[in-house]
Amino acid sequence: MHSTLHAIKPGDWLVLLLGAFFSAWLAASVWHGGAADHAIIRSGGKIFREVTLSRDALIEVPGPLGLSRIAIHNAQARIASDPSPRQYCVRQGWLKQAGEIAVCLPNQVSVELSGSSKRYDSLSY
Amino acid sequence: MNIAAHPSILNPQSSTLLNASAEDHHIARMAAIALGLSVLEAAIPSPLPGVKPGLANIVTLIVLHRYGWRTAVWVSLLRVLAGSLLLGSFLAPGFFLSLSGAVCSLATLALSRHLPQRWFGAVTHSILAAFAHIAGQMLVVYLWLIPHAGIAYLFPIFAIAALIFGTVNGLIAARFMDNTQQSPLPPEDNQRLG
Repeated sequence: MHSTLHAIKPGDWLVLLLGAFFSAWLAASVWHGGAADHAIIRSGGKIFREVTLSRDALIEVPGPLGLSRIAIHNAQARIASDPSPRQYCVRQGWLKQAGEIAVCLPNQVSVELSGSSKRYDSLSY
Repeated sequence: MNIAAHPSILNPQSSTLLNASAEDHHIARMAAIALGLSVLEAAIPSPLPGVKPGLANIVTLIVLHRYGWRTAVWVSLLRVLAGSLLLGSFLAPGFFLSLSGAVCSLATLALSRHLPQRWFGAVTHSILAAFAHIAGQMLVVYLWLIPHAGIAYLFPIFAIAALIFGTVNGLIAARFMDNTQQSPLPPEDNQRLG
């Protein structure tokens, strides 16, 4: 074991440290979506309503299969019920951070959380 | 048909003869070892496609240390090509992912090998190559396979995996380099291998 550690030269420790910092920075910048303050509800690809997360609400959204119910509580949002057969969006649970999205595909309903500072989707020059 | 009766087999001089130099044999031998490690690794289950130890890169590092960059390029690219043929992914997305990863890490090694040897060893080269490898793969994934910003959520996982596996592979490579400098195989390693 001692000989194994001996193989690491001073510069290697530096690179190891920089790599760890880089990974931590990457995780912090990518995973921290920021605080969300409103939810964008879409139906059939069009924006159905934009609602603030500061008030609790239960919103019914019509889709081709029936009604999807979206619950907003404690600055979080979730799909409370949906007529889709596999219930993926319901089982996704509460959305908390900006950028999180739950999509009910067969019923064409989605809810996306958004923060005050919208980050760029793409940049072109 | 009787194959043995074919004139070029009975008399090899009549057909085109490829002269394999000693270096070619080195490359073939090392590529074969790297190939074995790739195939071995393909059998290890992975929690996320793309998170793999990259054991074959140990061979690339040793070859880089002992025979230089040109030979390392040969060994690495031969391994990618033959590995994809063995695993049935030739010209499939997986092949291009391996290829872009290998090309990026070789380019990085071409630069990093000029770092002063006194301070930077195999671990440095291995970590840098691992990061370059995953960066090259992510580029192909984003530009070709999944052009969606959502894959950015996976970057930290790949970066951490690159750091861990890069370090471990570098340590293993450094150990082999030490051994080959002192004696071909010390007794303790013989026992472990046998």
